[in-house]
Amino acid sequence: MSDHDYQPNSKLGKWFNDRLPLLTLSNHLQEYPTPKNLNYWWTFGGILTFCLITQIVTGVILGMHYIAHADLAFESVEHIMRDVNYGWLIRYVHSNGASMFFLAVYIHIFRALYYGSYKSPREVIWIIGMIIYFLMMATAFMGYVLPWGQMSFWGATVITNLFSAVPFIGESITNWLWGGYAVGNPTLTRFFSLHYLLPFLILGLVILHIWALHIPGNNNPIGIEIKKPSNDTVPFHPYIVIKDLFALILFLIVFAFFVFYSPNILGHADNYIEANPLVTPAHIVPEWYLLPFYAILRSIPDKLFGVIAMFASIFVLVILPWLDTSKVRSAIFRPIYKQFYWFLLADVIILGYMGAMPAEGTYLIIARVATVYYFLHFLIILPILGSKEKTLDVPLSITEPVLGGYPNQAKTKDKSNIKENL
Amino acid sequence: MKKIIKLLFFLTLLINFNNSKAIAESSSELLKVDWSFKSFIGKFDRASLQRGYQVYNEVCSSCHSVKYLSYRNLVEKGGPEFTEEEAKAIASNFEVVDGPDSTGEMFTRNARLSDKFVMPYANEKEAKSANGGAYPPDMSVLVKARKGGADYIYSLLLGYEDPPADIKLEDGVYYNKYMYGNKIKMSAPLSDELIEYSDGTKATTEQMAKDVVSFLMWAAEPHLEQRHKFGFRVLIYLIVISVLVYFGMKKIWSRIESKV
Repeated sequence: MSDHDYQPNSKLGKWFNDRLPLLTLSNHLQEYPTPKNLNYWWTFGGILTFCLITQIVTGVILGMHYIAHADLAFESVEHIMRDVNYGWLIRYVHSNGASMFFLAVYIHIFRALYYGSYKSPREVIWIIGMIIYFLMMATAFMGYVLPWGQMSFWGATVITNLFSAVPFIGESITNWLWGGYAVGNPTLTRFFSLHYLLPFLILGLVILHIWALHIPGNNNPIGIEIKKPSNDTVPFHPYIVIKDLFALILFLIVFAFFVFYSPNILGHADNYIEANPLVTPAHIVPEWYLLPFYAILRSIPDKLFGVIAMFASIFVLVILPWLDTSKVRSAIFRPIYKQFYWFLLADVIILGYMGAMPAEGTYLIIARVATVYYFLHFLIILPILGSKEKTLDVPLSITEPVLGGYPNQAKTKDKSNIKENL
Repeated sequence: MKKIIKLLFFLTLLINFNNSKAIAESSSELLKVDWSFKSFIGKFDRASLQRGYQVYNEVCSSCHSVKYLSYRNLVEKGGPEFTEEEAKAIASNFEVVDGPDSTGEMFTRNARLSDKFVMPYANEKEAKSANGGAYPPDMSVLVKARKGGADYIYSLLLGYEDPPADIKLEDGVYYNKYMYGNKIKMSAPLSDELIEYSDGTKATTEQMAKDVVSFLMWAAEPHLEQRHKFGFRVLIYLIVISVLVYFGMKKIWSRIESKV
């Protein structure tokens, strides 16, 4: 990194920076050369950081008023909603914030899939991202249990019961997770403890995620390696900062709409009924962001293999950098991959829809086909495409397609051509 | 701009998800009411909330509790806004057990503003035995605990019918076309002129249903008016600031040869 030779202006700054180079870090973050052709799909990294901080801040405040006890949790949430100053606002920001967090993370992940951001040399960024995503799901699931409504209780029962599918020791594992012979007070208190802990692990991983990003630098829509800094890059501040800010404000408009005008639309009505171990809700449905995985789980007739398939559907993403063997990153230059990309997106949306429907009849058949296609995409289609697909010509720099109009090998090689266009 | 439209497309998709879930399960299309609290700056109808409290008090409260409401809430802004004297008078009609006093005895006294709404039954078992085994649910968050919300409760109150010929009902079970499974253990609670409104409004079944559902909506979301007011301001603020930031961004990016 070229900014290693950064020298603070003031004497005090220099003294401090020699001992702890925070000013060098700050300078690096400002100067960080970023591709200038990043589109708005790239703004979701910043939006996600905002989401995480929002969840932590609102969560810490909620934790001051919430009581993690099976007999008092539901009441304490109502206490927050009614009697705590702006408690309703803090809780609605936190509960809708989880949904907004996942909305943003799905856009972020599908952006990486489209532009091949997971490929060499960015595999580690991608894997850390997948660990973050997995921890997010665990955190969100445990958070949903805390209000101790009907869906909390029964959702916890269904998900923790998955572990009973493990051969021989399954039952012992579930009892150990529950802290008893059924979901109860010990389960609630440990979920609260872990729900408080995991976001800070996520925060640590986010720092690693960004650190790992700053080694090779950002990928970009045309997916080529660029020289940094160069004509193709802009300093992070102010160019990317203001762009991220603009996107964040647009995102906040959507966020605010949910918080203030339909704060409960993304939740389930049954969760406003206090948990009752004696009454099972008609349909037990997880939150919307977990539905595709729920659909995969239910589409396999065998419990153990259902659980394996569900975890495999995430694991397959972790090893994606080695499944997609194509040297070309961006889908812009991969006409066939581009088609399959949209098929995959449709497939995941269909899976999500099936996850919300009862697992029977046509729904189940469609869910099974969609599950098979999901694995087909990653395990068969991508490796084959890597060797068989005829990709389009990739430009040599970002400036070139902007000036030349089209990525064209002949034009790129002939530098005089670019000069003519200038 | 195109990207924003795409984003909105995904959002509508998301919301449709949830709506389609709701539609798949209700047995009849719900009656729609033009609620005063629905719009962007929607507020409660104060008089309707006060009447709604009267309906709750004279009809529902014999079986249903509202355990998360306190009498002081009746005075608070954004609610029925009874005067403090009125609310004190309402509270004093109820007796609560307090204590222990200095001799260690429990005693009963009239309720104060700071007390929670008095519950009709001492516990769930008593409530069940008095109602043929069915537990009349607490109504504090009932509107939020049912799909369809206010419209659903309103429809349910008006949805009592004679059962179709092929359905046989046991004793103490009633037919309601909006109820999940169509069978309900609560008899039709409202009928024309069942109560006499203190403000002289004609107490039709529809009027009472509308008033009491408004009251229940407020009970479930006591800060709804504040939320709408805040939301409106926040949205205006964000939209204005997004325009400012947009032009700022354009200005900054005009320094280099690239579009933003």
